[in-house]
Amino acid sequence: MNPKSIWQRLKNLSGLSELLYSLLAIVFALLIGAILIYLSGHDALGAYYHLFVGAFGSTYNIAQTLLKSIPLIFTGLAVAIGFQSGLFNIGAEGQLYWGALITAIIAISLPNLSGFVLVPLALMGGSLAGAIWAAIPGYLKSRTGAHEVITTIMLNYIATLGTTFLVKNFFKTQGPVDQTKTIPTQARLPKLIPNTRLTWALILGIAVVLATKFLLSSTSLGFDLKAVGKNLSAAQYGGIPARNVMVLTMAISGAVAGLAGSTIVMGVLGRFITNFSPGYGFTGIAVAVLGRNRPIGVLGAALLFGALEAGKVSMQLFTEIPGDLLTVVQGLVILFVAAPSFIRLFSTLLGRGKGLFANE
Amino acid sequence: MTENAVDMANITKKFGETVANDSVNLGVKQGEIHCILGENGAGKTTLMNVLFGLYGHDQGSISIKGRKVDIGEPSEAIDLGIGMIHQNFMLVDRLTVTENIMAGAEPSKRGLLDEKKARKEVEEISARYGLHVDPGAKVESISVGDQQRVEILKALYREAEILILDEPTAVLTPQEVEELFEIMRELRDDGKTLVFITHKLKETMAISDRITILRDGKNVGTVSTEETSPEELAQMMVGRDVVLRVEKNEKETGNSVLEVEDMNLHNPENNLTLKDLSFEIEAGEILGVAGVEGNGQLELEEGIMGLRDLTGGTIRLNERDISNFSTRERRGAGIAHIPSDRLRRGLVTEFGLDWNMILGSEWSEKFSRKGFLKQGEINTYTRDVVEQFDIRGTKGEVTAGSLSGGNQQKLILGRELTRDPDLILAAQPTRGVDVGAIEYIHKKLLSMRDEGRAILLISAELEELKTLSDRMIVIYEGEIVARDKTGEFSEEELGLLMAGKRGDNEL
Amino acid sequence: MNKVLAAIFSLNTLSAAIRMATPIALAAMGGTFSERSGVINIGLEGMILTGAFAGVAGSFYTGSPWVGLLLALFAGGLLAAIFAIFTVKFKANHVVAGVGLNIFALGLTTWLMQVLWGTRGTSPNVNGLPRVTIPVLNRIPVIDKLFANQSPIVYMMFLLIIVGWIFLFKTPYGLRIRMTGERPEAADTLGINVRRIKYFSVILSGVLSGLGGAYLSLGHLNWFSMNMSAGRGYMALAANIFGQWNPLGGLGASFLFSFSEAVQIRLQSINLGVGNELIQMIPYVITIAVLAGAVIKSRPPEALGEHYGNEK
Repeated sequence: MNPKSIWQRLKNLSGLSELLYSLLAIVFALLIGAILIYLSGHDALGAYYHLFVGAFGSTYNIAQTLLKSIPLIFTGLAVAIGFQSGLFNIGAEGQLYWGALITAIIAISLPNLSGFVLVPLALMGGSLAGAIWAAIPGYLKSRTGAHEVITTIMLNYIATLGTTFLVKNFFKTQGPVDQTKTIPTQARLPKLIPNTRLTWALILGIAVVLATKFLLSSTSLGFDLKAVGKNLSAAQYGGIPARNVMVLTMAISGAVAGLAGSTIVMGVLGRFITNFSPGYGFTGIAVAVLGRNRPIGVLGAALLFGALEAGKVSMQLFTEIPGDLLTVVQGLVILFVAAPSFIRLFSTLLGRGKGLFANE
Repeated sequence: MTENAVDMANITKKFGETVANDSVNLGVKQGEIHCILGENGAGKTTLMNVLFGLYGHDQGSISIKGRKVDIGEPSEAIDLGIGMIHQNFMLVDRLTVTENIMAGAEPSKRGLLDEKKARKEVEEISARYGLHVDPGAKVESISVGDQQRVEILKALYREAEILILDEPTAVLTPQEVEELFEIMRELRDDGKTLVFITHKLKETMAISDRITILRDGKNVGTVSTEETSPEELAQMMVGRDVVLRVEKNEKETGNSVLEVEDMNLHNPENNLTLKDLSFEIEAGEILGVAGVEGNGQLELEEGIMGLRDLTGGTIRLNERDISNFSTRERRGAGIAHIPSDRLRRGLVTEFGLDWNMILGSEWSEKFSRKGFLKQGEINTYTRDVVEQFDIRGTKGEVTAGSLSGGNQQKLILGRELTRDPDLILAAQPTRGVDVGAIEYIHKKLLSMRDEGRAILLISAELEELKTLSDRMIVIYEGEIVARDKTGEFSEEELGLLMAGKRGDNEL
Repeated sequence: MNKVLAAIFSLNTLSAAIRMATPIALAAMGGTFSERSGVINIGLEGMILTGAFAGVAGSFYTGSPWVGLLLALFAGGLLAAIFAIFTVKFKANHVVAGVGLNIFALGLTTWLMQVLWGTRGTSPNVNGLPRVTIPVLNRIPVIDKLFANQSPIVYMMFLLIIVGWIFLFKTPYGLRIRMTGERPEAADTLGINVRRIKYFSVILSGVLSGLGGAYLSLGHLNWFSMNMSAGRGYMALAANIFGQWNPLGGLGASFLFSFSEAVQIRLQSINLGVGNELIQMIPYVITIAVLAGAVIKSRPPEALGEHYGNEK
């Protein structure tokens, strides 16, 4: 078995060329990030060192990386599910806010229920809230053709304003901060690794990843979802009720995004605080694109971005480089991954052979 | 001895691994009508796209009037006096005729468009060659025949001396074809050189001076029209003796399978309305729908399948009223559908063969249990259909997009016909498909008919309709203008009816 | 209640609405040009933001707001050029690339403001553009407020919209742009350089959006704050759709949004006592309502969002 044919076989594993593809995009984005760091008068290598150590340098740091990646697993999946059906769900941010608030309200309102009931109940409530918030633009798109990019973005603003309004006026606890009471202890998710802040939310996230993978590859609904995304006309001709599928897909997407909010409330914050999200919904887009809209890919991409988030703290601390630089990297990642010809151009230039990405 | 208008020497053009043109030599004399004949996929359009600068070429050279040239893009071809009239018109629906013609070569006054001047020039050329169109009309509102004239005007406006026409008759009635041929003869007599791409033998014999036959990307010969025959041409096109017609058994009468009564439907996108369509198809019968594309065939297709809502009338399948059924329900009730555009509406090119095979059946008991797909069953079914329908090109993990046109069509056929349907709605079933597959598909449809199923056959190919249908209806501007047994229609009559001129046949 | 009505229908609100329509209308026309050539431009938000930032940076370092203005145009155009390269040359999905561009721009401007000024909230004050009054017109009652003491960009906006309309519908290049967005193959076969037209249109959209951004940071205020564009780029997108890909229509639609924004600000200043957040929602809700209502009849350019991949 000569190396060339092994390479050929490996290449045909559909995952591999996609993986290389995404890796190249990250490398490029980080490269440009490094250039920007250098231009602003800092040491790029040092910065990335601190980034790396901050993400992986100790048990606590690794736990932080995992912790930070949890909301991204959910929002990334949410966006990816939408993409698989041809829908751009930019509204994960708004959906997670409602998920978080409803979860907090349920938990606070039922303090006497046992954890076994309260935890699933709160999660389901948050999930449902997200599903409804996403179904709205889904319905508008299916009925009126209103482009979901704009409607979901508008709903994000409405969600942050709306949750803030509700908390300020109905659920506020005493004190200067706009936040709710803490949720009862039995509603909090148990820790996964002692002495860290990582909870079982991670396991939930991985479970949802696997469930999504199964949905897309082995169920009739997943079939409909993908068919609508790849060829709407052919799907309709085959009898698939495309409009219903669109709304359902958005609802599923929103349900997953809602869980992002729920797990933050139940795992990290212990309550709902207004404007708590540093843009998980938007980072979720980068995660989905980088993960090529595949569940396992999203998991990997979420971990990567979680690492960036965890490392960012360390980098900011030791080098005074503003963390927003990593937002720049995120944007670049999206641009690079979304541009197939660019990667192909580069791979030909490097003489890796046109064959490498021939299947793209 | 005057040089050739066009000389293409040893042209080779590859797309990845596929060789579309293989060392093709072509010589077109000045002032002649030269036909390029070949099956679908023989490389005719590719060769002309190379000439017009839309494609580059890997090897070979091009000479215009004896001078070697390098045509890198259409603007260079236009400068050399070459104009191309594409099979799919390169027109913008929303703009006017004049705007479509002048774009890229606009006359202007002080920076602003001088539409008046352009309009005048258009009217002059129109008058000279008999290409009458309304310069101010939006392209979307004029007839297909007129749109084609706009295409020709575009080339003449830019002073083309060499005109390439790619399958121009596909969308015309027989009368419009004659009119087109008249215009072509006028242009030739005026000194222009015309290259005419087609796969239709009759037309080639009717209009051309000389013919070059392409097969599998190679030039298999150039003949003078008066010295050849359709049989010889067919043989050269396909490489073997071709059966030009399939044999059909006598029809046995049966129950009514499909009954359409006073069907009314409005399509806001193109403003076409089906008016009071009524017809019936019995078991064991093929009803052909003749008409120039765009006269309501798509609306009829989609109306019967439930993809568009009726504004009035009823549809009955096996005596059951299905007018309010969803598409899924109609398919479940026993209708198979072979759509007119397989790539856009019949297949999901990114899916593998197995998933395309169950498109529409993914919730059925055969392939799923409570929403979970039974992959084993799906695989077995796929294998069976591939074998039964002789679908080639399926080695390994292939997607439907990688199959050839004929094999894709067979996949769709396989999927639809193995569902044991009572009614088969087949729209343009052999479009863009090679001759071997055409034969297969025709035989398959006839055998379905002999098994007692009903078939509604919508086709733009009159030959196909005449070969397969027991009865025919002609559709024009959303109405049925004639119906009769196939044998009762002459080609002339059909042509007139398709163009909207009434005939003697009963309604 | 009377106070509310007075707030809505006062001349001040109207005049404010016209002013505030400026960035949206400019970006909307940018979106019009871009989409008329076939490129969906979600990145307007990022281009406005970048323009706003560049404007302040320019004024900060040179003391001249006019230099700032030029820099804003340049920055908007440059960002758009990057977007054009990714979408036209590298065939990125327009929507995904647009979202990526916005994230990139947000990160870039926020990072840069910390690098340059050490703050993540508001930049230091800079010299803003002077207010201009047009003589004669400012004596006519009723509309006098519109022409007195306005930022020059407001006047520029009106002029540009008219010029833009003429350019798109009455000049040869405008015809070519329109053809490119409807059917690039047709344009190509007529010898029109489709790529160049797309690049031009997209970069133009960036320049216009940059000008809109400059209005925010130099015309209306005189500082830059993080994420200053606050969703206006998306409203501009909606305005373009509602205006049917027409600069004049876009202006009208932008006015609708800016009017709701102006009302919202006035209502907040009245201090109704009821949730300011609810009032702040108004522009966003209206955007959704407009989209849901308008799109039924809308007709975008046929080839919008497609890649014209020329096989050569």
